[in-house]
Amino acid sequence: MSFISYLINGLSLGSVYAIIALGYTMVYGIAKMLNFAHGDVIMIGAYMALIAMTQAGLSPVIAVLIAVVICTLLGVVIERIAYKPLRNASSSLAVLITAIGVSYLLQNTALLVFGPNAQTFPSVIKWSGITFADGQLSISGVTIVTIAACIIIMAVLVTFVQKSKPGQAMRAVSEDKGAAQLMGINVNGTIALTFAIGSALAAVAGVLYCSAYPSLTPYTGAMPGIKAFVAAVFGGIGSIQGAFIGGILLGIIEIFGRAYITSQMADALVFAVLIIVLLVKPTGLLGRKIQEKV
Amino acid sequence: MLKKMNKTTKSNFITYGIVIAAFIVMQVLISTGSVSSLLEGLMVPLCIYVILAVSLNLVVGILGELSLGHAGFMCVGAFSSAFFSKCMKDVIENGALRFFLAMLIGIAVAAVFGILIGIPVLRLKGDYLAIVTLAFGEIIKNLVNVLFIGKDSNGFHFSTKDVMGLNMEPDGTVIVNGPQGITGTPQDSTFLIGFIMILITLFIVLNLIHSRDGRAIMSIRDNRIAAESVGINITKYKLMAFTVSAALAGSAGVLYAHNLSTLTANTNNFGYNQSIMILVYVVLGGIGNIRGSIIAAVVLTLLPEMLRGLQDYRMLIYAVVLIAMMLFNWAPKAIEWREKHLRFGKKKEAVK
Amino acid sequence: MALLEVKNLGISFGGLRAVNAFDISIEKEELYGLIGPNGAGKTTVFNLLTGVYRPDAGKVILDGEDITGKKTIEISKAGIARTFQNIRLFKELSVLDNVKVGLHNKHHYSTIEGILRLPGYRRVEKEMDEQAMELLKVFNLDGAAHRKASNLPYGQQRRLEIARALATEPKLLLLDEPAAGMNPNETGELMDMIRFVREKFHMTILLIEHDMKLVSGICERLTVLNFGEVLSQGTTSDVLNDPQVITAYLGE
Repeated sequence: MSFISYLINGLSLGSVYAIIALGYTMVYGIAKMLNFAHGDVIMIGAYMALIAMTQAGLSPVIAVLIAVVICTLLGVVIERIAYKPLRNASSSLAVLITAIGVSYLLQNTALLVFGPNAQTFPSVIKWSGITFADGQLSISGVTIVTIAACIIIMAVLVTFVQKSKPGQAMRAVSEDKGAAQLMGINVNGTIALTFAIGSALAAVAGVLYCSAYPSLTPYTGAMPGIKAFVAAVFGGIGSIQGAFIGGILLGIIEIFGRAYITSQMADALVFAVLIIVLLVKPTGLLGRKIQEKV
Repeated sequence: MLKKMNKTTKSNFITYGIVIAAFIVMQVLISTGSVSSLLEGLMVPLCIYVILAVSLNLVVGILGELSLGHAGFMCVGAFSSAFFSKCMKDVIENGALRFFLAMLIGIAVAAVFGILIGIPVLRLKGDYLAIVTLAFGEIIKNLVNVLFIGKDSNGFHFSTKDVMGLNMEPDGTVIVNGPQGITGTPQDSTFLIGFIMILITLFIVLNLIHSRDGRAIMSIRDNRIAAESVGINITKYKLMAFTVSAALAGSAGVLYAHNLSTLTANTNNFGYNQSIMILVYVVLGGIGNIRGSIIAAVVLTLLPEMLRGLQDYRMLIYAVVLIAMMLFNWAPKAIEWREKHLRFGKKKEAVK
Repeated sequence: MALLEVKNLGISFGGLRAVNAFDISIEKEELYGLIGPNGAGKTTVFNLLTGVYRPDAGKVILDGEDITGKKTIEISKAGIARTFQNIRLFKELSVLDNVKVGLHNKHHYSTIEGILRLPGYRRVEKEMDEQAMELLKVFNLDGAAHRKASNLPYGQQRRLEIARALATEPKLLLLDEPAAGMNPNETGELMDMIRFVREKFHMTILLIEHDMKLVSGICERLTVLNFGEVLSQGTTSDVLNDPQVITAYLGE
């Protein structure tokens, strides 16, 4: 029974990683940049929901919506001010370092406003879940909602990118910015939209993550952020399905590592698996191989 | 005499000159007591960051590959040398000799790790290489945290569980205590030694760049396919740059370990945050620009201290300054504006 | 015996036969042209000869040595050097250093000698400087020796690429569209230079070119490639008068 409950916990954690990884992978696919500040948007989203619930006394659903709206705006503003001017910089490292600067900025702003102490995050899910086999196996409401949310988001995103006009524009821009521009696609708008979607997902992920692990500090976003990034690379960065698979696998590996090997080595295990996957398949599980033309 | 030297030699001499002058000025200020003890305590870390930045620039700027695991090599150098120093504290009485040997050991072990990690990792490219080096750095940090080593009359004991797992005789002592790390390392690092290590690092890196091997490394950066077509062994030279860089990071680790009485591996000193911080120095100082790395490391290490008066706002200002400097230095629009309105911003043709 | 002997060379990319049953035989000090319409597989032949791709059929013999399927670096050491269709210089390095990278495998000193600036370093670097400057003089680039390669005008970049290839002291030099992007004046100079290189270095040269004036002006023999296969082969005048070749170039 414990095996199944670990598996479900792994699926749940993996779902959160997958939602965050979707943001990483979409932004990477379209802007070819590693948005190091993505993890901190998660943290901001969680704080926003927390304030809406505890101080404004709003219902969880409204609180989540507020967090989503604020993070979406935040994502677009960050892109506009800090990343867009560097889009054609001579080194791709420039925007990476700027993203690191944005990450520090968000963390330290949160530190000033909310203080360094951990705050307890009330779960947005009041449902206690379901129990099976005479109480030997219980699945919490948060777990079920998290997994369900991940599946729904994934399905909606894939449909959006495949079927809708803006989704097709995204694919075009990620293939070839110049050609997309010539075809009359609004490149700037499309990139902004990608950041908006990624940041909205980060807010959702923040709320779900903190509902499962209810201690919130200004640094809460950093580690899940980096792990989700690992998940995105693991699955093949730039691929939506890859981010989903990478996230889920990473969550399961981490929980099993904690349960069956040692909790101190769980992170090392996650990274070791990543290394092995990349050495065998250098562009990740679903990544495309690009050969340089001579 | 300066006229007879060619451009690169002149540029190298200026770099050495700046470092030596800065050292002398600081020494005078310290000896006359016009420096706060806080700032004085910052001198060894400053040397450490300069060495880390210069050595990372060898990989990022000269080889052209992004590494986010530099702190991992620093960690290896720190722990191997601290382990040695603690074991030998009573065996080798001569502090200078012991520290010298510790330095050699830290450098050698970091170099070995550089080779072991470099061989598989350097097959990857770009962002994938970056994330795998980050992963290796995190694994190293994690492994050190579960490592227990003790010594008793029967010799060394190892465990990855806890002190009890060492199964030592009652006379045994714990040397490496898992998350508590190593305590009681002799504090042998001084500003002078740090300064000497900077000079050695500069000597190695600058001379390597301007040699046959350095040209081969830079040719890979500029055009891998062309380099291969004229017979450059890509794997060999990538590994050379990576290993030398790792070894130098190891020496910074040795300085770090012998500057504190307690050595632990945590997110802030050996985690990816530290690796990223070093990368910030390199990029801000100018990719491939060794002198720039030194200046950026010094300025960014001192900046939070200079902003100390601003209390809680200092890290916030630090972040804003970092973003603003990146935009000013790299944004194509900003470069255009500078070239139009500022004379010194005009691009001169120069060979790196 | 011929310097380069290629028999039945072929490669496929995902079902597409890019080069098939390619034969060529080039004599010492010959100036040989490889021509054909766009997409005929000319550059692929160069990539097969230099080890960028591994052929799935055939043999490549250079000066009696079988170099089939060897790696690029081994082929460079065996004696084939090349230039690229889209110029590939070491952009951030000086013009001099570009040539010195080409000299890499001809002059040796150890890493330690280099870092410690031992006498070996000084002596070998001096030799390299002298030899590189000599090569640059041949290409009229000695005045630009200390400029950054990417700052050279286009024509000089093309010449530098040839100088760098020659620095490896090859037996066979492959030039991939050396006249691409040049005006008639520059092309004329280039033709003189290619002839001069052949005389001075006793070099065997195989070149890909679209400029028919250049091809008919300097090449002694030609091979025409069409859809990855040899369409015609022989002396320049025979090939250019071959009705098949005319059809392939001018269409029906």
